[in-house]
Amino acid sequence: MTERAGQQLVAALALGLAAASLHAATLTIGVLSRADDERLDPKRVELGYLGQPGGPISQAVDMAVKESDYELGDAKLQVKVDAVEVADAAGAKAALQKFEKGGAAAVLLDLPAAWIASSATAVKLPLINTADASDSLRASCTPNLFHTLPSERMRADAMAQTLMSRRWQKVLVLYGPSPEDAERSAVAQASIKRYAIKPVAVKPFKLSADPRERALGNPLLLTGGTDYDAVWIIDSDGEFARALPYRTQLPRPVVGDGGLFALGWAPHFERFGSPQLIRRFEKAAHRPMVSQDWAAWIATKAVLEAALEQPASPGAAQVMKALTRPDFVLDGFKGVRVSFRPWDRQLRQPILMTDGQGVVAIAPAEGVLHPKNVLDTLGLDQPESRCK
Amino acid sequence: MHRPPIRLALALACFAGAAAGPAVAKDTGLAYISSEKDSTLTMVDVKTLEVTGVIKTCKRPRHMKFLPGGTQLMVACGDANKADIIDVQTKQSLGTFAFGDDPEAFDLSPDAKTAYISLEDEGALGFFDMATKKLSKSVPVGKEPEGVITSPDGKLVYVTSEVANKVHVIDTASGKVVANIAVGKRPRRFAFNADASELWVSNELGASVSIISTKDLSVKDTINFEVKGMRADDITPVSLAMSKDGKTAYVGLGRANHVAFVDVATRKVEQLVLVGKRAWGVGLNKDGSRLFVVNGLSDDMTVIDTAAAKPLKTIPVGRVPYMVVVDD
Repeated sequence: MTERAGQQLVAALALGLAAASLHAATLTIGVLSRADDERLDPKRVELGYLGQPGGPISQAVDMAVKESDYELGDAKLQVKVDAVEVADAAGAKAALQKFEKGGAAAVLLDLPAAWIASSATAVKLPLINTADASDSLRASCTPNLFHTLPSERMRADAMAQTLMSRRWQKVLVLYGPSPEDAERSAVAQASIKRYAIKPVAVKPFKLSADPRERALGNPLLLTGGTDYDAVWIIDSDGEFARALPYRTQLPRPVVGDGGLFALGWAPHFERFGSPQLIRRFEKAAHRPMVSQDWAAWIATKAVLEAALEQPASPGAAQVMKALTRPDFVLDGFKGVRVSFRPWDRQLRQPILMTDGQGVVAIAPAEGVLHPKNVLDTLGLDQPESRCK
Repeated sequence: MHRPPIRLALALACFAGAAAGPAVAKDTGLAYISSEKDSTLTMVDVKTLEVTGVIKTCKRPRHMKFLPGGTQLMVACGDANKADIIDVQTKQSLGTFAFGDDPEAFDLSPDAKTAYISLEDEGALGFFDMATKKLSKSVPVGKEPEGVITSPDGKLVYVTSEVANKVHVIDTASGKVVANIAVGKRPRRFAFNADASELWVSNELGASVSIISTKDLSVKDTINFEVKGMRADDITPVSLAMSKDGKTAYVGLGRANHVAFVDVATRKVEQLVLVGKRAWGVGLNKDGSRLFVVNGLSDDMTVIDTAAAKPLKTIPVGRVPYMVVVDD
């Protein structure tokens, strides 16, 4: 139902048309993902790289709707999840315009940053990025674009805080060959600088067994010749980083994309009621709940809670209004209330430090202070952000 | 738990067959502490404040409640999907029985024939028949129901939903939801005031307590907690206890590591007492002179002199202590 139709319904109710009371309002949530998503190729998913998606986000969306069925029924609000796949940026733009025309209240995005950047401004309805971590997207300051997946900078700050709290102040930084790796390496170094950690060396690596390139491909050579407290590896692909722990020249921990990861969610987290959420997801999706699933779940919860404030007219305007309100807070099962930052629309949230087995720490680290909200020590804070 | 002998005899006569305990209840003078990561209850002598031993029970014991008669302590064990009945005289388990999936909080009907249990995964309130030890009914409510409390007359049962941020009110005779009351974020536990005209509910992520009028089933007041030097996000109230005279409510403030003493009449926080890490379960002794606070993240229990509002002693207990029941 469009917002206008919703208003008509209210009008009908006001006129006392008995039949109208039987009709529930409908909330349409769009889900936009990429067609032929190579990240979700079964062979890749099987490898289970930490930090990478485990399946379609629609599974988390459906679960969030299902777990709200009692409140939705109580408010006589019907939810329609409309999942669409697109092949490129132009397709994304067309699909978003179609969603807007069709009266969707919000659209969740599982798209590459470039597609989002070129299509988000074409519409006014709230969009929630649940799958891309790039800080450039946050720095676009697009007013209708929200982000629930922690940004790369948030994860890097969480890692730097954890290293700081362990007094592991000298790090060797290794970064991979892709443009994404270079971008993420710059972000990691900004966090390293912020927390006064010393990068003893910053070296590129290459996934290669070629003896002529062994200085780039051999873990012992890459990690020798200098002393450090930890190796921070940036490897968006994951294959090299996975094999780095226990193969360093010095017996030191590996962090980043191998060893210890900073993630938005972990399937073995056992605090703040999270086992119940994790179990619910595993029952519904038959796989572990990872960071991207949490981001899609909380994005859906945000839209539902926003709509439930005005169940008679749950349109895009209402959702936009609620999501941008400073007191709009959500329970993310991470112990503290999470909310959207007014400047770049990023969901502020704790970050879980995990080795894939358990959660060994939570950032913000104990003792880290902030004048307003300690969660804003993760990621670009208001004064640093380009967005106002 | 203490009851005058005459009332006890009456109670036993009424529920003959249901209760198998000894004819005369004797207060043990002990506090019982359940700990999530231990399959035991820790016993602490209420006078000497020393640990006297442990009682073996099922895996991940959390909520506890005395059955009528005051000699049998019922314990819900989350990881075992069971409840255990402990004979506090012999300090032995009388036997366990299946008690839903991951049971956490429950309450009993005044006649103890029915246990009301929050079924978290299902999003329902279960009616559990204590005679047949079977679930007789399940009433759908919001997801992750948690705290459960029965009205003193047994006609209504209240249950919180952590996800829906509501208190559901269920008529026990019909099994129908009669009201859904919107409260703060992540509502957790309950306590009635002295005449049960008010039901207090803690909002863990709301840093508040909502006070529900039991007459019209609506929120009549909200108490927001503040602790100097802490932000609202650090204040996570969970457990509540009401003094016998009904004048003071004690609220464990979770991560704020304090217990608030609230004047019930004025709704004002009169005292904040520093305890251990993550103040979780709270319980009073019989005369109300001592408040016992279990600290979930420092594995200990702080005992407070309520008149002086001063901690007396902090005693190491089990791993991740959850709840305390005082039987003096």
